[in-house]
Amino acid sequence: MNNEITGAEIVLKSLAEQGVEVVFGYPGGAVLPIYDTLFKQNSIKHVLVRQEGGAIHAAEGYARSTGKTGVVLVTSGPGATNVVTGLTDAMMDSVPIVCITGQVPQHLIGSDAFQECDTTGITRPCTKHNYLVKDVNKLSSVFHEAFTIAQNGRPGPVLIDIPKDVQFASGTYEEKNKIIIPSHRLFEPSPDFEKNKIEEAVELISKAKKPIFYIGGGCINSGPTASKLVREFINMVGSPVTMTLMGLGVIGSSDKNSLGMLGMHGMYEANMAMHECDVMINIGARFDDRVTGRLDAFSPNSKKIHIDIDESNINKTINVDVPIIGDVKQVVEKMISIWKDKKYKIDNDSLKLWWDKINKWKEVDCLNYNNEGKQIKPQYAVQRLYELTKNTKTFVTTEVGQHQMWAAQFYKFEEPNRWLTSGGLGTMGYGFPAAIGAQIGHPDALVVDIAGDASILMNIQEMSTAVQYRLPVKIFILNNEYMGMVRQWQELLHGGRYSESYTDSLPDFVKLAESYKAVGLRAKTTDELDDVITEMIETKNTVIADIWVTKEENCFPMIQSGSAHNEMMLSKDQKQDKKSAEKGKILV
Amino acid sequence: MNKSVYATPDQVSETKRHILTVLVDNEPGVLARVIGMFSGRGYNIDSLNVAEVSNDENISRITIVTHGTSEVVSQIEKQLLRIVPVHSVTNLDQEGSSVEAEVALVYIYISDTNKKKVYQLCDLYRARKIENEHNTTIFEIAGASERVNRFIKEINEITKVEIVRSGPVAISSIQKNEEE
Repeated sequence: MNNEITGAEIVLKSLAEQGVEVVFGYPGGAVLPIYDTLFKQNSIKHVLVRQEGGAIHAAEGYARSTGKTGVVLVTSGPGATNVVTGLTDAMMDSVPIVCITGQVPQHLIGSDAFQECDTTGITRPCTKHNYLVKDVNKLSSVFHEAFTIAQNGRPGPVLIDIPKDVQFASGTYEEKNKIIIPSHRLFEPSPDFEKNKIEEAVELISKAKKPIFYIGGGCINSGPTASKLVREFINMVGSPVTMTLMGLGVIGSSDKNSLGMLGMHGMYEANMAMHECDVMINIGARFDDRVTGRLDAFSPNSKKIHIDIDESNINKTINVDVPIIGDVKQVVEKMISIWKDKKYKIDNDSLKLWWDKINKWKEVDCLNYNNEGKQIKPQYAVQRLYELTKNTKTFVTTEVGQHQMWAAQFYKFEEPNRWLTSGGLGTMGYGFPAAIGAQIGHPDALVVDIAGDASILMNIQEMSTAVQYRLPVKIFILNNEYMGMVRQWQELLHGGRYSESYTDSLPDFVKLAESYKAVGLRAKTTDELDDVITEMIETKNTVIADIWVTKEENCFPMIQSGSAHNEMMLSKDQKQDKKSAEKGKILV
Repeated sequence: MNKSVYATPDQVSETKRHILTVLVDNEPGVLARVIGMFSGRGYNIDSLNVAEVSNDENISRITIVTHGTSEVVSQIEKQLLRIVPVHSVTNLDQEGSSVEAEVALVYIYISDTNKKKVYQLCDLYRARKIENEHNTTIFEIAGASERVNRFIKEINEITKVEIVRSGPVAISSIQKNEEE
């Protein structure tokens, strides 16, 4: 009986043994015992956010920039419901998160007690797994299993709901290595997994005349070595490569094989190459609808190889010829060794023809925009930000909308884990708290949240957090006073009726920054832009840079909903044919 | 092909009935996880049956009857396997041969005029009268769903009935090695 400790102490001990350094959270009645234990120790740092939604996005930013698991601690009821958006976001983008929620004492569960909600019920579809822990002696094993599940296979969020009486109760702690997790609860590829499939895939690549690699966020989740191996393999093949929004950074922007991002606002040459390729090698991407465009016209003449750790992604929307289920790092490692062993070499002549064709598409210069006048174009603002930060270790986060797409198009990433954006769920308000998390994980790096004026207001309360912890996070607002992407769709699809997409009564962002004792800067014309960016970078404090950009700029190129990869819209003057436009209107 | 916001190519295969048996850890919320996956992703459940397999192993078997194209059903199987407490998913139709059965309890309204006919029909279908303290005419019929359907159709033509059905359970009939 002597070695019994309280449930709250077991929580902290489990976190410590899992190597957790920082917890993002917000206290409340049902987690007070855990906060009390937190107060009595020094090994784990707690970051107090200003709304629970901020905590989980911060944990996501921390996780995605460091590769570690993000940990969140919130109370029952509203504390738990406020993290639902972030859990769903982490689920969609495969981010490892362990979220601890307090729950009312067990004897009150089901009585509609104060701040009670069915947390495990609400979060069941938006977590990889969740637990309601009723027995204090099971607490440590639940924690160790939760961390393993969050990181294992396709990563994702796991939630642990702990009633207050369990936090107070005494029980025994079990160490990580004493816990045996049954194999069916984890992803475990067999040792000689899919060997034939991998050989088949490599042979297919070697015979390709017009290959393209299509790289997704799975490569980043597989760790930095995976990105290195993918780069190595692509170099060996000499094939062009395109990346999804989540995969930016796996291949450096300056890499000679890189065609940049593909998809709805991707590069013309990348989408055309996807459309016309004869062998497509999807590594760690999931044929998302933002990427594929119209499915019945998606890359019609190609053989498709799909490497994914989550079997449910295979043949979900696109039927593939060679599916391989496994971790990117392991699969690509095998592919490289097979390529070397068999001395495969792609036919140089056809590869050259293929590149010639691609270089012709590149000449379209799809990111071209009119940069005349004194007014700052949003694209230009991102370009200048890139030029002035490219020699610094920089992490870029974004909110969601036009600015996000311009950031993806014009900011050039050379390394993985440097680009944090909400891809699957498209959560406005993600970028700023994510930047806070990234800055906590990398205190000496430059962290910039490229934001829109509408998105930033969704989690602006975290200014207080950033200032409290002296985090020199930079918020770079492309301010056009519109929900730009909503406005763009209304212009293209709804006759220019800008229903509720104008943001009236915006705050003065400079004064807003100052009221939090941060620094506010503003650029109204192109002459002021570079100075503002330089001052922003050099200021050792939280900064809001309010960049006034042209109001009705559209984000191009664009595959409109209902169109295919080879039907890209390069400017406003180019109209979508009527039939696809009507079909597209009802889609998202 | 499965769902997407975009229309899918027309190579859709035919919709068929499938019986899936899912072995799961018997822990709180596991049934909600399974049926939540069906409702959340818009799949059909035609019937559902849950029972513990053995006391010592703490494992339950969920038998689900669903319908869909082979693409949809294969996606259902893969989505089920993603659920942490799920051990295995078996599509009994794909295994080739399986045996299925269900139980129905039928409360039959009997009068002097139809009594004979009712008993004849019940005899024919080997429906068994269940003794009960109120001596009401409740019959139990077990067997393949089609057989139960036929019985219900015919008894309905004779008199008014109330029915509860368990929904089918099924087991693979392929011979297995005892040591496995």
